[in-house]
Amino acid sequence: MDPTLVGQGLLSGFLFGGVYSLMAVGLTLIFGVMRVVNFAHGDMMVWGMYLAWLLSVRAGVDPYVGFVVCAGALFVLGLIIQRGLVERIVDAPHEMQILLMLGVALVLENAALVAFGPDPARVRSPLSQGTLWIGPLFVDVARLLTFGLAMILTAALWLFLTRTDLGRSMRAAADNPYGARVIGTDVRRVYAAAFGVGAACVGAAGALVSALLPFQPASGLGLSVTSFNIVIIGGMGSLPGAFVGGILVSVAESMGAVFLSPSMKELVSFGLLIAILLFRPAGLFGRAAA
Amino acid sequence: MSLLEVAGLQKRFGGLLAVGGLDLSMAEGEMLGLIGPNGAGKTTVFNLLSGFLLPDDGDIRFAGRRLVGLKPHEICRLGLARTFQIVRPFPQLSVRDNVKIAALARPPAMPDALEAARGVVERVGLGPRALELAGGLTLADRKRLELARALGTEPSLLLLDEVMAGLNATEIDAMVRLVGAINAGGISVLLIEHNMRAVMSLSHRIVVLSFGEKIASGTPREIAADRRVIEAYLGEEYVHPAQA
Amino acid sequence: MSLVKLLLLFAIAALAVLPWIVGSYLVTVMIFIFFYAYLGQAWNIVGGYAGQLSAGHAAFVGIGGYASALLSMRLGLTPWVGMWIGGVLAAALGAVIGYLGFRFGLRGFYFVLLTVAFAEICRVVALNVDAVGGALGLYITFTGNPRQFQFQDNRVYYYVALVLMLAATLLVRAIEQRRFGAYLTAIRQDESACEALGVDTLRVKMVAMILSSFLTGVGGTFYAFYLFSLQPNAVFGIPLSVEIVIRPIVGGAGTVMGPVLGSFILSPLAEIARTYFAQGGWTGAHLIVYGLLLIAVVLFLPQGAYPALRRLVRRSA
Repeated sequence: MDPTLVGQGLLSGFLFGGVYSLMAVGLTLIFGVMRVVNFAHGDMMVWGMYLAWLLSVRAGVDPYVGFVVCAGALFVLGLIIQRGLVERIVDAPHEMQILLMLGVALVLENAALVAFGPDPARVRSPLSQGTLWIGPLFVDVARLLTFGLAMILTAALWLFLTRTDLGRSMRAAADNPYGARVIGTDVRRVYAAAFGVGAACVGAAGALVSALLPFQPASGLGLSVTSFNIVIIGGMGSLPGAFVGGILVSVAESMGAVFLSPSMKELVSFGLLIAILLFRPAGLFGRAAA
Repeated sequence: MSLLEVAGLQKRFGGLLAVGGLDLSMAEGEMLGLIGPNGAGKTTVFNLLSGFLLPDDGDIRFAGRRLVGLKPHEICRLGLARTFQIVRPFPQLSVRDNVKIAALARPPAMPDALEAARGVVERVGLGPRALELAGGLTLADRKRLELARALGTEPSLLLLDEVMAGLNATEIDAMVRLVGAINAGGISVLLIEHNMRAVMSLSHRIVVLSFGEKIASGTPREIAADRRVIEAYLGEEYVHPAQA
Repeated sequence: MSLVKLLLLFAIAALAVLPWIVGSYLVTVMIFIFFYAYLGQAWNIVGGYAGQLSAGHAAFVGIGGYASALLSMRLGLTPWVGMWIGGVLAAALGAVIGYLGFRFGLRGFYFVLLTVAFAEICRVVALNVDAVGGALGLYITFTGNPRQFQFQDNRVYYYVALVLMLAATLLVRAIEQRRFGAYLTAIRQDESACEALGVDTLRVKMVAMILSSFLTGVGGTFYAFYLFSLQPNAVFGIPLSVEIVIRPIVGGAGTVMGPVLGSFILSPLAEIARTYFAQGGWTGAHLIVYGLLLIAVVLFLPQGAYPALRRLVRRSA
């Protein structure tokens, strides 16, 4: 096995992991605060990608700038979904939540199909042309930029959650929803914000990734499943877990592509998922279940 | 041969000793009260006896059979039934159907189980409510249902976990009569209870737990007068009716 | 004989003569209604009654279909035998998934994900192993030979599908009236309480899972020999799992008539949506309808259409 190939895979996987992390952080935030599993997560990300594509094609806006708009748009979508739908079933049995979000996923995915067609799309960014050499390994500028921006956004989210009142309320609600209500937190507002922020994360992630890979409406499902994989491996509701998990899964998939075959790389993440589900369902960073 | 023999029962949760070296025995037909302050480990003992928790150490013998390592449903089939402190009815099933599930443990067919269930429902006084959904019952009736379900499995030993909690004085009286009748009918009862009037009047013997350890055991009268028990739990104001 | 039973018998009689009255297109629509009702009913045992939501049942269709197709193509084994082998293989996978899930205490969302993971693994493997057809999948040559589970006349498929649906429905009804069914319903509501009442919940759930996956696997043979092709993405993929799950959910999970009612509601709706939208060039729009319906059911009719219908009938009676 050519060490350069392995090294290339590692680097590539690591950088891509930034996006996976951002995606997973959004999902785990929603789950942590609201105990809702967002089955539509991947499909929201696909919409982030398509919005970036629209901005690029119709307004000539580079995705590395336009991601802010995508994040904003998805934030609004998240609010709408939360206020209109999720809020009504917060106390319902889990099966109902799963089915509701599955319904949302179906609507989003097929709305994208109707709007944009089934063929893969790709966003052209002038930045995706450049490459940098780090020793014997090369990395494209776009990927590096994606990683960097994803890291910045994650850091910004962390600051938001630890330094702002709303962020702290979110964490409080995640820890103890009843207690949070008792001290006067407007839990509805916190829930809506959490869902919105989670959606914004994934919208930004979508935009950042749109220049790196071709995408199509059907990609949504795979992305959802990958998000769940990461969040479970890292620990449901744990932000550091989602962060580390994202990089871990990305690297694992990359290694899977190098050692097995590109189309089998999903087997690696599924294998990891099953192993974690069985032996440490709390995930790497989660609290072990009572 | 005693019905229940517990020797050296021990359970830790991390660094916390929930139950430490507990010895306990019950004779057939006996009603044993298990009392103590909150967190003393009483429900943990129930969980250990009924197979929901595995002890770290110690032995449990029920009618001569070793219980440690058996699954809850196996223990139930041997004749040891329990109720839960926070009642868990099947909300979408009727009262009768709730008990029917229990009756199906004795392998009769559906029609027999239904008959048996009807009988038990009448016995606990829920006859008028037999076809109502369990989800809509009052707390007192839910407690009766919880009791009825455990009875439906035709146990020889019944573990009742705070079956009076949350009930008002009238309801407690009714429950005391019911539990007394069940015991008089031949079923041994191990009773966790905070209501002292109920425990003292019902129990043949009482065991007192505090911080996972047995600090006293004896007749209700002896317990009411026991210094350690008064300090740990009862308080100076408690006066046993026989001493008044 | 009660009015309901009379109506049902009349309905079955009507369905029996239908193929001789209507055209081939409608017969095909009915075949899909029956077939998906069958799959939905099989799912209903473990997903509806036992409450263990599985979003990976397509895996069993795939395994059953691939098994009987390969046995027929490579070994000349008649699918009439192959379908049982396919069912057993599917049941074996079901047993593995069930054991891993139930033994390790995976509930709700975690169990759903486990089922999805296994289905996806099957899909990726089928996609990449050339020995079972790889990315191209399997194509069954049309011979029209009944011994190979192939029929010239669409109407024979109609009756086969109808029988499958009726048999599965009768089975579920039988289960509902027995101890097994009572246990399933109780387990769905509170497993720990069941354990305390002497119910071997692991065993009951395993039986439900194995039965469900077996029946679904048998259905895979019908799928293979009706459509004459098996594509990994189509037969193992989540879209098929969604088709399987949505009918019982909309119709009423955990009821006897739920999957049937759901199929009679959804398949025509899907057909209409498909034809209407296809005219405008909108493929996949019928899935938007599925999604909206799912959302509506969860918000307004969480128990499904059948229980709501029953309440309506009772109130007006």
